[in-house]
Amino acid sequence: MPPGGGGPMKDCEYSQISTHSSSPMESPHKKNKIAARRKWEVFPGRNKFFCNGRIMMARQTGVFYLTLILILVTSGLFFAFDCPYLAVKITPAIPVVGGILFFFVMGTLLRTSFSDPGVLPRATPDEAADLERQIDIANGTSSGGYRPPPRTKEVIINGQTVKLKYCFTCKIFRPPRASHCSLCDNCVERFDHHCPWVGNCVGKRNYRFFYMFILSLSFLTVFIFAFVITHVILRSQQTGFLNALKDSPASVLEAVVCFFSVWSIVGLSGFHTYLISSNQTTNEDIKGSWSNKRGKENYNPYSYGNIFTNCCVALCGPISPSLIDRRGYIQPDTPQPAAPSNGITMYGAMQSQSDMIWDQ
Amino acid sequence: MATEVHNLQELRRSASLATKVFIQRDYSDGTICQFQTKFPPELDSRIERQLFEETVKTLNGFYAEAEKIGGSSYLEGCLACATAYFIFLCMETHYEKVLKKISRYIQEQNEKVFAPRGLLLTDPVERGMRVIEISIYEDRCSSGSSSSGSSSGSGSSSAGGGGAGTR
Repeated sequence: MPPGGGGPMKDCEYSQISTHSSSPMESPHKKNKIAARRKWEVFPGRNKFFCNGRIMMARQTGVFYLTLILILVTSGLFFAFDCPYLAVKITPAIPVVGGILFFFVMGTLLRTSFSDPGVLPRATPDEAADLERQIDIANGTSSGGYRPPPRTKEVIINGQTVKLKYCFTCKIFRPPRASHCSLCDNCVERFDHHCPWVGNCVGKRNYRFFYMFILSLSFLTVFIFAFVITHVILRSQQTGFLNALKDSPASVLEAVVCFFSVWSIVGLSGFHTYLISSNQTTNEDIKGSWSNKRGKENYNPYSYGNIFTNCCVALCGPISPSLIDRRGYIQPDTPQPAAPSNGITMYGAMQSQSDMIWDQ
Repeated sequence: MATEVHNLQELRRSASLATKVFIQRDYSDGTICQFQTKFPPELDSRIERQLFEETVKTLNGFYAEAEKIGGSSYLEGCLACATAYFIFLCMETHYEKVLKKISRYIQEQNEKVFAPRGLLLTDPVERGMRVIEISIYEDRCSSGSSSSGSSSGSGSSSAGGGGAGTR
């Protein structure tokens, strides 16, 4: 009779790994090699991870760096060249308010870009097989040679019929309002859109940070634009317009950047304010899922009825924790979700486990 | 067929996984986290319907509490925003507190109710809140043999993975 799961390793040639305790495999010095891998290292989506899994972004981050540079350079020039003059001439409150706005913008931007938007982990092989079985039973045995009908389930939410689609990549039925982002290759809960400026998807967990980012950025842009114009006007009154421009050339650059950004950013803030107050996602609005044009009986089943509640829930509601557990360690006996490129679901699970075994 | 009473440790060691049942989410109330209370036929001979339903209803109650929108959740949200979310470095959110309660409850239910009947509940948070996974174990008459005894395809991946290390 083999000893219990916690028995000393020297006594048995092999030890059972079916228990959930973290009892190591054959030799003690191999433990570090196998236990070192965290879940983010084998994450199946197209994401980049930094700081050992604490930071999560999309794969293409070039535009995000552009956003950062634009904000940092414009604000930096404002604080360096315009603020000294304005603080003396008008009030020192200007750089203070500007500073607060700037930190708020940077904080919300980084929070939006670095957090998990609400990614749904892919189905384990057991779940996927169980779902496939249920779908086959529902469809009946299909004759080979033609493509089976698309897999959908219908639910009634608050009186509206909502279709849940089956995601072939993640092998799950997507919850309502979830959508699969093709850029990140993940299903995201309450998917709003993929924002290249922020370098991440915008979904359930980071929508409020995104909204506060664009709102505070609108204020910051308008603020900088207004005070740069004020600065140039005040200087022109003393030394003439062209001399004023020569004395502070940075103001010209800031004014140009702000002028071109203000339209799009303020417009975007207005649009998202409308979305929040009617509790819709960008995805739903673009598709016109709940618009009256589809039919008189069509209404948004997720709305709470009044604008105030919708806003409160979107901005101050509870935040669910991340479901993908990026920094957890991979347990040797846990089945990993299979990669979609292999048609066979079992092979993926066996391969990741055999990788660990042969790693010794 | 009378099943032997197991405790949780024995279950993992000497019993082998026969199949898994998945309780899916119930979306009829919207996107809040609720699970279907429909009794799966595979558990018919294993556990009383009432006990099962009670467990799922209690879990649903916990999730509703976690996602409850009201004064305290608004207060938490506003306080967090005012401190630029640094407050979450020190304290955990209400949702996380309730999730910890849930995993304690599941552990307790496994020990008292499910393991003696040869069943094991997996915390939904480990499955992305999509399903409640119930593993059904069969008794092994001969001790020490833990080959993958499952005949259906669904159980073989995890049992096969466990079996690969032991032989």
